[in-house]
Amino acid sequence: MAIPIRRRAADITAFAFATAATAFGLVWLFWILWTTLMHGAEALTPTLFKEMTPPPGVPGGGLLNAFYGSAVMILLALIIGAPLGVAAGTFLAEHGRNTRLASVVSFVNDILLSAPSIIVGLFFYELVVRPMGHFSGFAGALALAMILLPIVVRTTEESLRLIPDTMREAGFALGLPRWRVTRQILYKAGLSAILTGILLGVARIAGETAPLLFTALNNQFWSASLNAPLANVPVVIWQFAMSPYDDWQKLAWAGAFVLTVVVLVLNILVRLLARKGKQR
Amino acid sequence: MNATLAQDSELVPVPAQRSGAGADRLFQLITAGAAWLVLILLVGIAVSMAWGGRLAFQTFGWHFITGKDWDVGASKFGALVPIYGTLVTSAIALIIAVPVSIGIALFLTDIAPRWSRAPIAIAIELLAAIPSIIYGMWGLFLFAPFMAAHVEPWLSDHLGNAPIIGALFSGPPIGIGMLTAGIVLGIMVIPFIASVAREVFSAVPAPLRESAVALGSTRWEVLRNVTLPYTRSAVIGAIFLGLGRALGETMAVTFVLGNAHDLSASLLMPSNSIAAAIANEFTEADTDLYRSSLIALGFLLFVVTFIVLSIAKLMLLRMNRQYGRTS
Repeated sequence: MAIPIRRRAADITAFAFATAATAFGLVWLFWILWTTLMHGAEALTPTLFKEMTPPPGVPGGGLLNAFYGSAVMILLALIIGAPLGVAAGTFLAEHGRNTRLASVVSFVNDILLSAPSIIVGLFFYELVVRPMGHFSGFAGALALAMILLPIVVRTTEESLRLIPDTMREAGFALGLPRWRVTRQILYKAGLSAILTGILLGVARIAGETAPLLFTALNNQFWSASLNAPLANVPVVIWQFAMSPYDDWQKLAWAGAFVLTVVVLVLNILVRLLARKGKQR
Repeated sequence: MNATLAQDSELVPVPAQRSGAGADRLFQLITAGAAWLVLILLVGIAVSMAWGGRLAFQTFGWHFITGKDWDVGASKFGALVPIYGTLVTSAIALIIAVPVSIGIALFLTDIAPRWSRAPIAIAIELLAAIPSIIYGMWGLFLFAPFMAAHVEPWLSDHLGNAPIIGALFSGPPIGIGMLTAGIVLGIMVIPFIASVAREVFSAVPAPLRESAVALGSTRWEVLRNVTLPYTRSAVIGAIFLGLGRALGETMAVTFVLGNAHDLSASLLMPSNSIAAAIANEFTEADTDLYRSSLIALGFLLFVVTFIVLSIAKLMLLRMNRQYGRTS
């Protein structure tokens, strides 16, 4: 019962194609990472973390103001977005389970998750920048918080749903009110999964550029004020990479290097955390 | 998720203490408020984009979508070129990403040695983790020159004079243009389609596949006649998800598309996309009409991605409902 040669050929072709497709996907990953790390490592200088972004044509300088601005905005976005996301996720999985509102919000949340981030930038331009009359780090942090929110909502909902109902019932049997069951049993059981989701969100917003273009904008000088344009790594990379100046392009590569390393480390950390959660 | 289908009433033997009930209500209110916020944000985006773009829509009417002149000096804005560029680059992205992603999913569920599956899957997922600005820099400094030196000359030599499709591949090989942007977009959406496809492929019940094998099917025939029909709605959902991503992707495209406002048939020529036009021009928009036109572009992009992503979500839900799959 030999398989006819045409069918066998189709089989082999399909499998060769699948293998080639995987190689195709991996090649880009390694090419992009290799490029970024090589060019970036070349451009690393001791002044990178010590000096401000230089004016065009001036050699040296660093990205200190940009690193600071990015860190502040990510932190603020985290403070705003993470609790809201956990609360909304709790509603979807627990307090509003099986309600119409929960199913609508769950649907909408998935759309926000993939919505173009440039639109989020425009939204906060209209909402914050225009009424205030100037670009600000605060508007940038809000835009980042909005990118973070749906990620945290989704992972919180998923991790709470994985907790067996017997845990909830055990809490109720002890006479605990629902909010204490959620807080003291469910959040504890789901902690590592929820933290994983938040870390994933941080990795995502660390590299977001489009929402910051019209909110935080950029600032060539040291500024700690959230009420003024705030330098940040992604927008500096974008401006410097598109510029015709060699020194600026070098700094852009250095910034890209740091950004890529941070994002990769966060992603690998998340996977390790997730694996540890599974083993237990 | 059968275990969690229990109704609320079964789960909550309400405690008698009144203080507990009050705190419960507060907690319920807080979480419900956060859930409402998600909804309000989405509606808020739609309203604010429509409101911000009203001046452009009032001034140009349908010509805003059909007009091809984007003339800042004359305050005349027609968005045909960015709309066209967005659609063409996204189409190229899907032409590349769909077969490749399904190939990757097949490789990871059927071909790869078991020990290598998790690391390869993680590597493919990392493609989605790389920030789009990194794709953009790589695209501008490495991939576009590569295209200009090796791929585009070949394309215009061999296909440039072909009938019908020749027009798509004529023009100078400058590296920056719709083809390059489409390929970069394709690479960026591969992980999104591949991860959903892999997940649903491995959710196909083993007895179904085994019976096909028992009837004498080759593995390719199992994929074509069992796995793909079984997972069809989810795979279509994944493709729409990828399309939604491709349509709205901004930074990578901005780097390699060239920000040109001319309509050209050739894929090798620079063009523009909705997201790239907004990113490039918004901070320079100095008149109300100019700014409003860019926000109107944002409104169009939002409406289109909303529809595409809704279809994606519905198709994915349909697969869940049909087969009672969880996730």
